[in-house]
Amino acid sequence: MRCAYRLEEVSYRYPGRSKSAVDGLDLCIPEGMTTVLLGPNGAGKSTLMDLLLRWRQPEAGNISLFDRELGSYRRKDLGRTVSLVPQEEGSRFSFSVMEYVLFGRSPYLHELASPSREDVDIARESIRLVGIGEIADRTVTTLSGGEHQLLLLARALAQQPRVLLLDEPTSSLDPGNTARVIDILKSLSKRGITLFFTTHDPNVAAECAHNVAMMSQGKILYSGPVGTALTSELLSRLYDTPMETFLHGDKVVVLRSY
Amino acid sequence: MMYDSFIQRSNSYRNKLLLALLCLVLSVLIALLLGRYPRAGLANPARILTDPLLARIVLDVRLPRILLAITGGAALAASGFVFQMLFANPLVEPGFLGVSQGAAFGAALAIVLSGFSALAVQLSATVFGLLALVLSYRLARLFRFGGWILRLVLSGIAVGAVFSSALAIIKLIADPTTSLQDITFWMMGGLWNGTWKAAWSVMPVMWIALTVLLIIRWRINILSLDERTAHSIGIAVSREKSLVLFIATVATTAIISVAGLVGWVGLIIPHLGRRVFGSDARFALPGSMVMGAIFLLACDTLGRTLLSSEIPLGVITSLLGACVFVIILTRKQTEVKL
Repeated sequence: MRCAYRLEEVSYRYPGRSKSAVDGLDLCIPEGMTTVLLGPNGAGKSTLMDLLLRWRQPEAGNISLFDRELGSYRRKDLGRTVSLVPQEEGSRFSFSVMEYVLFGRSPYLHELASPSREDVDIARESIRLVGIGEIADRTVTTLSGGEHQLLLLARALAQQPRVLLLDEPTSSLDPGNTARVIDILKSLSKRGITLFFTTHDPNVAAECAHNVAMMSQGKILYSGPVGTALTSELLSRLYDTPMETFLHGDKVVVLRSY
Repeated sequence: MMYDSFIQRSNSYRNKLLLALLCLVLSVLIALLLGRYPRAGLANPARILTDPLLARIVLDVRLPRILLAITGGAALAASGFVFQMLFANPLVEPGFLGVSQGAAFGAALAIVLSGFSALAVQLSATVFGLLALVLSYRLARLFRFGGWILRLVLSGIAVGAVFSSALAIIKLIADPTTSLQDITFWMMGGLWNGTWKAAWSVMPVMWIALTVLLIIRWRINILSLDERTAHSIGIAVSREKSLVLFIATVATTAIISVAGLVGWVGLIIPHLGRRVFGSDARFALPGSMVMGAIFLLACDTLGRTLLSSEIPLGVITSLLGACVFVIILTRKQTEVKL
């Protein structure tokens, strides 16, 4: 199994804080699989995401991406390899959906260039992949929460990435939209894209993850296949509250114990 | 179908842009013929060939002033557009962030120290305009009150006030027989000293700045996104933002150094531009530039022809601009979260 990302002894401390947000962390994010990062609030998940994006630089340790040091990537190459679906992103300007998705083509374009017809085709394909073709002409400021999440996903796909990082892709969605996003993530995984995302809902992990990484206090508590990770014991420890797992058919269901 | 509608929309914006350019050409022609010679009103174009005085007025007095007005209008609109995009804030323009006041202070300082040397005035205006921009931005980061838009506007007010006070002090100590008059004259904002010499001293700078902005206009879109997102799309956010802001500020201070304080153009024209040409800077930026050029030319022409004595340009743009601003903000479609 090859790692898309490999992190060794990675630490990061915010300026002025005494405690490290990410503290000597080791992790392999396997290539071509879906890995879900679980952890309580303040565990350091967002900081870890920032480190993977190179938005923050680790204080210590190594991060490699496809066996190459993350720091050695040219900015554009990084944009072609890894893309981000942020949790939310307010736009104050009324771009059309198509224009917004086209922004994802930027790492392929010269600094002085505008998107070509080919870029428009790729953006159109991304829009089709996430199933929002019917709203391609709407302006992004008029979209619902679910549509907005799919818009951000389409833009990330327009970068034609090998790795897709997602910040809590389902946290603001109703059950119907959550199911829709999970289905799309599964289909992307089948196309060979490495997925890594954070969530507060272990059931989302149960539905679509191959692997689960559990993070607490800046460290990885456990990392392994979803079947071995989603146990009552590990989840209770992770969230510091009693959790129970059940089998429903061949699916794992996680509930908080009362 | 999706693709067709995207192309269709682009074509429609392109046609509107052509139409706007045509309007600009017409405005220039009218402005060339409009004035107080041979009598108040529109001159007969055929007379230019037979009346050497009219020919001189049109070519040596009105033409440079008109070119300055349209270049300056385009520069002010483009700067406002860029500021609004980069600060993700539809409520800013260079004047709101203290840039205009900083540039005004810089220009006044140069007038006192150098005695109205065009180069010194322009350099000093640019340096202090940039300084004000940096100060406003830094200050907004320090504020612990309100959201990003509100903080930016508040810090701009503070920085602008500091430079306005400093300007007042310069006026107090300026020689009332020479420098003070120059400063006062210049502060009101106007193109009455828009000679060929003045035009050539600032127009090339604005042309270069506007050309660069036009070339990179698609990327300006991406700089309006959240910085972490823009970074994830492969943009060197701080470097590109600084560069684009620098270019926009230079364009603004160039026109300020000749025309004085001309407010509101950079705020309202980009608003109107986006309404007509959509939000994508590929069309909205050139569209705003053409609209800004027409607007400033119209204001200047009104100012010099409406009354027998000239009305300062800054007075007209502020009056019209404030009215349009109120209309924009009370319209239903406009929503800005503070």
